[in-house]
Amino acid sequence: MRTKATLALLAALILAGDAAAQIGGPTGASQGQTAVVPPAAELPANARPSNNMMPLTVPIPTGEPTYLIRGAIVHTMGPQGVIQGADVLIAGGKIAGVGQGIIMPPGAQVIEANGRPVTPGLMASFTQLGILEIDLESTTNDTTADATVATAAFDVTDALNPNSTLIPITRVAGVTRAVVAPETGSSIFLGQAAVIQLGLDPNMVVRPRVGMFVIFDPFRAGGGYDAEDYDSGGSQETASGGGLLSGPVNRPVLWAHFRETIADAREYLARQAAYHAPGGSRDQRTTRIDLDALAPVLRGEEPIVAFVNRASDIRQLLAYTKQQNLKLIIAGGAEAWMVASELAQAQVPVLLDAYTNLPGDFSSLGATLANAARLDKAGVRVAFMPPSNEPSHNARRVTQIAGNAVANGMEYEHALAAITSVPAQIWGIADTYGTLEAGKDADVVLWDGDPLEVTSAPTAVFIKGQKIPMESRQTKLRDRYRDLTRKDMPLGYH
Amino acid sequence: MNAWMRGRMPLWAAGAAVLLVVVGLVFLIPHGKKAETPASDKTVAAEWPKDPFPSTYKARASAPTLIRNTTILTGTGEEIAGGSILMSDGKITEIGSNIGVPAGATVIDGRGKFVTPGIIDIHSHLGVYPSPGIQSTSDGNEATKPTTPEVRAENSVWPQDAGFTRAIAGGTTTLEILPGSANLIGGRSVVLKNVWARTVQEMKFPGAPYDLKMACGENPKRVYREKGGPQTRMGNMAGYRAAFEKATEYEHKWKKYWSDKKAGKEVDAPDRDFGLETLAQVLEKQIWVQMHCYRGDEMAFMIDISKEFGFKIAAFHHAIEAYKVADLLRDNDICAVTWADWWGFKLEAYDGIQENIALVDAAGACAMIHSDSEVFVQRLNQNVALAMAAGRRIGLDIPRGRAVRWMTANPAKALNILDKVGTLEKSKMADVVLWTGDPFSVYSHAEKVYVDGWLAYDRDNPKRSPRADFELGQVGEGSTGGAGQ
Repeated sequence: MRTKATLALLAALILAGDAAAQIGGPTGASQGQTAVVPPAAELPANARPSNNMMPLTVPIPTGEPTYLIRGAIVHTMGPQGVIQGADVLIAGGKIAGVGQGIIMPPGAQVIEANGRPVTPGLMASFTQLGILEIDLESTTNDTTADATVATAAFDVTDALNPNSTLIPITRVAGVTRAVVAPETGSSIFLGQAAVIQLGLDPNMVVRPRVGMFVIFDPFRAGGGYDAEDYDSGGSQETASGGGLLSGPVNRPVLWAHFRETIADAREYLARQAAYHAPGGSRDQRTTRIDLDALAPVLRGEEPIVAFVNRASDIRQLLAYTKQQNLKLIIAGGAEAWMVASELAQAQVPVLLDAYTNLPGDFSSLGATLANAARLDKAGVRVAFMPPSNEPSHNARRVTQIAGNAVANGMEYEHALAAITSVPAQIWGIADTYGTLEAGKDADVVLWDGDPLEVTSAPTAVFIKGQKIPMESRQTKLRDRYRDLTRKDMPLGYH
Repeated sequence: MNAWMRGRMPLWAAGAAVLLVVVGLVFLIPHGKKAETPASDKTVAAEWPKDPFPSTYKARASAPTLIRNTTILTGTGEEIAGGSILMSDGKITEIGSNIGVPAGATVIDGRGKFVTPGIIDIHSHLGVYPSPGIQSTSDGNEATKPTTPEVRAENSVWPQDAGFTRAIAGGTTTLEILPGSANLIGGRSVVLKNVWARTVQEMKFPGAPYDLKMACGENPKRVYREKGGPQTRMGNMAGYRAAFEKATEYEHKWKKYWSDKKAGKEVDAPDRDFGLETLAQVLEKQIWVQMHCYRGDEMAFMIDISKEFGFKIAAFHHAIEAYKVADLLRDNDICAVTWADWWGFKLEAYDGIQENIALVDAAGACAMIHSDSEVFVQRLNQNVALAMAAGRRIGLDIPRGRAVRWMTANPAKALNILDKVGTLEKSKMADVVLWTGDPFSVYSHAEKVYVDGWLAYDRDNPKRSPRADFELGQVGEGSTGGAGQ
């Protein structure tokens, strides 16, 4: 641990972006503040690094709020591991330093952690945050290409709304990043997901087109059987697909369409000019905009994210994507544990709702609470999706999902990684997010207890270095109705 | 909502109710106004036919079991440190701090562990929307007309739903199974003991009354919008009133018949109508109403209608806005049944807050958790913990001993079975859960679950882990570990 603390102090010197230019010596007030890292002798014995440390200064950019979270158990999720009694310095939107005994820079606001945990902001790997307000109100709902021409071309970034009430409700619970993905519709190709940040910056997109979502389960590809689902607005019987599919949906039909679409897209990509010339291309069932959208998938730049549960379906996808040289992520994966070694070998990650433990349909007969632990032990990268019944409104419950995975055998730090550093890697944003390391975006959460525990909540949340007001529409409703005995004015004036 | 997951969805539906010992007679005059009958006129007792599907549940024999040195949340509000509890002959026979070991008793050291009453889920669709959730098993909504008081959820329950086995592994020992919420009046619910059985009758909680499931708001009007209505909330309200008006007449007709018969007159029995018979028993408060109702303003209308016709609403389910009318619920002795934090799936669920249960409880009304889900019935303790913690964060004093009532004593009260279960008190049914740790921790498991003193689930013993027929011989058998997996 001491070695790691040393690394933390050194890391504090290596700042990314604007601050990086200031490394190398004392800086003038006009250039910025400095944080002084004390020599080893000044640190408490239990925090003293093992090798000799020179006094270090950490340059801080001017004009940016600077925060020092002091005395925390810091789950860095990076090479430093867990650091007891450590500080996190936030400046210029970035993490400026993580380690024991960082001296407060002038003007910094100090937040005493009193030994409570600090983690990176959390990430939920399947949501409709920003593209959905109320499931059953279609005018508030930009989540699916169902019954439209665009399927692969469906891009969630066209719909993102930073003023959705779900954003503050989710971030005050510690979730600062999310994959926003299309919902299942009636076609194989659902569309393209993006990674967003949930901070105060209205430009939500961190990385667009991070995955092409597809659905590889005939039960679901038809929309699922949904007779009971009056509250979710599901139609009663949707046994056949639409969009790319018509007629009965079963595996051979689904695969035939999928292969045809990939083949069409390859031909299109190879002969794009000819395609646009009169008579230049044979008829293709897939529309031009969808073919365009598949280009980065064929180039291996964008993974296919396949909702699939049955072990045999997962195996078939592994074989096909290997043969076609496509990147693959498994989502759902109720029976993924049965294919764990193959997934590990192919380095295909799995997105899980760790609650899944019932034979919900004939593709999920092997569902078990041990899924996450078994995949993790086999070396498969696991990231957690929020509870599948409310992936957006309760995206905040990824902590409970992770906690349940721990309760069922997954290592604690691995479960925490499944909502921080691992999704950062899977979704290609690990250079700026996912660990508490100097130079990364300052998505930082201070908790009042174990972050995976159901009784815990954040006491402070930072997203890209900005301190988030701990308010939401829900806290306002709560405060209005908290005391029904108030008689001074009608409650509607409170 | 994500169609991918729809088969696994909670069923934001509601339902059900409970039976009192036959209360004194109430004559209801045809215009729906209730007239109090002088005591001397209470000569005509209701003679509704008996339950056509009587319970055949039998508690299994078990040796006396003593759990000692443990923390007990009794469900009465108390927390006993270093406590002991003795179960004999299916009942709780002693509870306290120092209990001698009876001859032949199994003794369990509960050090570091917790004991609570068995969890009661007052809102479940296990069996009527079982796993697998396919067309063949979709039996929860008789969505053929908006008022179907004649149907009974018990006739739809598939006892081989694997969901029951997962629920017992989560410590849930009693379930109320409700029809869905498509209809204004959805039918009778049924209260079950969570025991593996070949027939529903063998699961039926002995002595538990029936309830009637009714639904407010969006669902009925959505389902019947283009099927003859109702298509508005005013249509919904008119529908309830019309149904109870007919029931009032029906009840009157039968009481007159019984009265005439008793007086020795030659009279023909009126035609029997199973739906109106159910509603008539609701009017006599033998059957209570479990009312799916999200919005506070709609709850107020339903309270008025219940007064107009003289029926009892035991609880509002999915009571997302209960915190807005907690005083009204308290004053009318109606419970609020809700989730810890689900919200926003439809407009009537838009105002959900995490402090809901805690605020209703603090206002002096009866509040509780429910699952409405085959997933959350497995971890109602965690959901109570969420609600408890949300309340504590705004400064409410909620000891564990109080919060545990939100999943034990309060649902027992709303089901009118509090004299039998819901707390750990002498002579109650020994439905008991031993937890590996604080039940309000995400890391704790139900370690041993007793139903009437019999060890129905043991986390450490696969032979005490029920399996549904459906799961035998399927892929994963043995690796998914039965209950709890």
